[in-house]
Amino acid sequence: MNPTPLSLTFARFKRHRLALAGSFILALLFISSLAAPIVELALGTSVDSIDLLNRFSPPSLSHPMGTDELGRDTLVRLLYGGRVSLLVGLAAALSSAALGAIIGLLAGYYGGWLDKFLMRITDGVISLPLLPLLIVLAAVDPEKIGFGSGAGDDLTRIIVIVALFGWTTVARLVRGTAMSLKQRTFVITAHALGASPFRIMTRHILPNLASPIIVATTLTAGNVILLESVLSFLGLGIQPPLPSWGNLLTNAQELIWSSPALAFYPGALIFITVIAFNFLGDGLQDAMDPRSQRRN
Amino acid sequence: MTRHLIDRFLQSAIVLAVMSFAVYGLMGLMPGDPIDLMLSADPKMTAADAERLRGLYGLDKPLLERYGNWLAAALSGDFGFSRLHAKPVFDVLLPALGNTVLLLGASFILSLVIALPAGIYAASRPYSKSDYAINFLAFAGISTPPFWLALLLIIVFAVEWGILPAGGMGIGDESQVPYLVLPVLSLAIASIGGQTRYMRAAMIETMRQDYIRTARAKGLKESRVILAHGLRNALIPVVTIIALDFGMLFSGALITETIFAYPGMGRLIYDAVMGNDFNLALVALLLATALTLLGNILADIAYVRLDPRISYKGGKKN
Repeated sequence: MNPTPLSLTFARFKRHRLALAGSFILALLFISSLAAPIVELALGTSVDSIDLLNRFSPPSLSHPMGTDELGRDTLVRLLYGGRVSLLVGLAAALSSAALGAIIGLLAGYYGGWLDKFLMRITDGVISLPLLPLLIVLAAVDPEKIGFGSGAGDDLTRIIVIVALFGWTTVARLVRGTAMSLKQRTFVITAHALGASPFRIMTRHILPNLASPIIVATTLTAGNVILLESVLSFLGLGIQPPLPSWGNLLTNAQELIWSSPALAFYPGALIFITVIAFNFLGDGLQDAMDPRSQRRN
Repeated sequence: MTRHLIDRFLQSAIVLAVMSFAVYGLMGLMPGDPIDLMLSADPKMTAADAERLRGLYGLDKPLLERYGNWLAAALSGDFGFSRLHAKPVFDVLLPALGNTVLLLGASFILSLVIALPAGIYAASRPYSKSDYAINFLAFAGISTPPFWLALLLIIVFAVEWGILPAGGMGIGDESQVPYLVLPVLSLAIASIGGQTRYMRAAMIETMRQDYIRTARAKGLKESRVILAHGLRNALIPVVTIIALDFGMLFSGALITETIFAYPGMGRLIYDAVMGNDFNLALVALLLATALTLLGNILADIAYVRLDPRISYKGGKKN
């Protein structure tokens, strides 16, 4: 049987050992955060059950990673924090990619003044100091712009804020490729056959952009998780008692003199997740680009 | 070139103007306006007093008119008073800016001193064990949450060993150096990874060029091929990318300064936003943006200066 492009891609990906390790780690992290309620049941505790007689207790059978300053189980809080951080990371990366793909397609396909206008905006957004601006946006009172202030709204708010600034990489990528695809025979043929611009963009151009978009989204997911953790750490992201890896660290900073271990775990998990996403993205990039042959 | 530069300056001015309006508008959407704060501080104030004060400060006017007034004052050099510091905004900003420049400058030099040689070394032995090791470390650097790294440094050097201060700045004649070590280190580590990867990629790309083969064929020593022929060309894209990262530096400064209680621009912006000091927050943010935009323009100039093949004369970029 002849190798298909997909199987070749997969074969190249398998050679990238770090990327394989990355996907394995990510799968493990996703499964264990999904299993948080089961762990909770098994340990006979809950994510916010306070036990003031057992504050800062060392690791034991009932608390495998010890307890925090209110006697809450560290492991369970880390797993629930992982749910929030991974959810925000994926959702924000996907919405950034979607926004970027739309903007990039419009700019690349139509060209002209629309392209100029959209690319000026992209340049503008890229040149801004990101974090100071995100802090201003995050500090806006959600009720004054018609958002609620519950826990779910917190998630939506962070995802929207991050996506507003995260789309530029994908937009530039998509624009560049769309511009060159536009000149290709199959697009010109489709145009001659009377296909609408919408149909050409979604059916003929977008599918050819799948691999760069997937790579960019993977790399964005890592960055977004870092960004969420920074915002939550600064007290502007996910608000406690809902745990996220970022706000678990805020708490830990105040206790750094009495219980340094609490500051270690959440950061280590962020680190492992982000590095896994980066390795995965790097591996996908190598695998999907047939030109990047490794020469040994 | 001059035309292109004028174009870039105009573009940056537009970005800055849009930013100032957007941020001005956003500030109004933050919890607690100045009159609310006065109301909560003084129980004897009545609703009528509040209305009168709103009129006095012009807060009852529409957003566009208020922004216009602020802009007119700002353009004439009056940026208002900082509420938190009870001083004119610029008297607060300038010392903080000085501290941040010191912090960023030191960490920038430290990171380049490590990243550039590491990238060159890795690129001269592509796909070797040492290349993999450097790549792995670079990825680790990129993936480390900067605030976590800062916390770990504090735990090791201040809590466990007690050899360096956990934050703040020297008072009076005290040496500033020990206070700078940890912030500089944590900022530098955050950018080494990215810079190493840029350097490595640019160097590998350059070493594939024909003129490198020519240089080797002439019988030049490998070190001369790498440094004189490879590095000179590879540095061009690296300088540009690193200069474009200028905006990221402010983000890094914000995190580092907040954790180490270092009195710079980043912490100033954070405290001003959190403490409803609108005048200060707005001007500090605009200053940070203006410096970032200036950095981008400098990157552009450096690009042309370094590469004789590129000129903007009579043509458009791209």
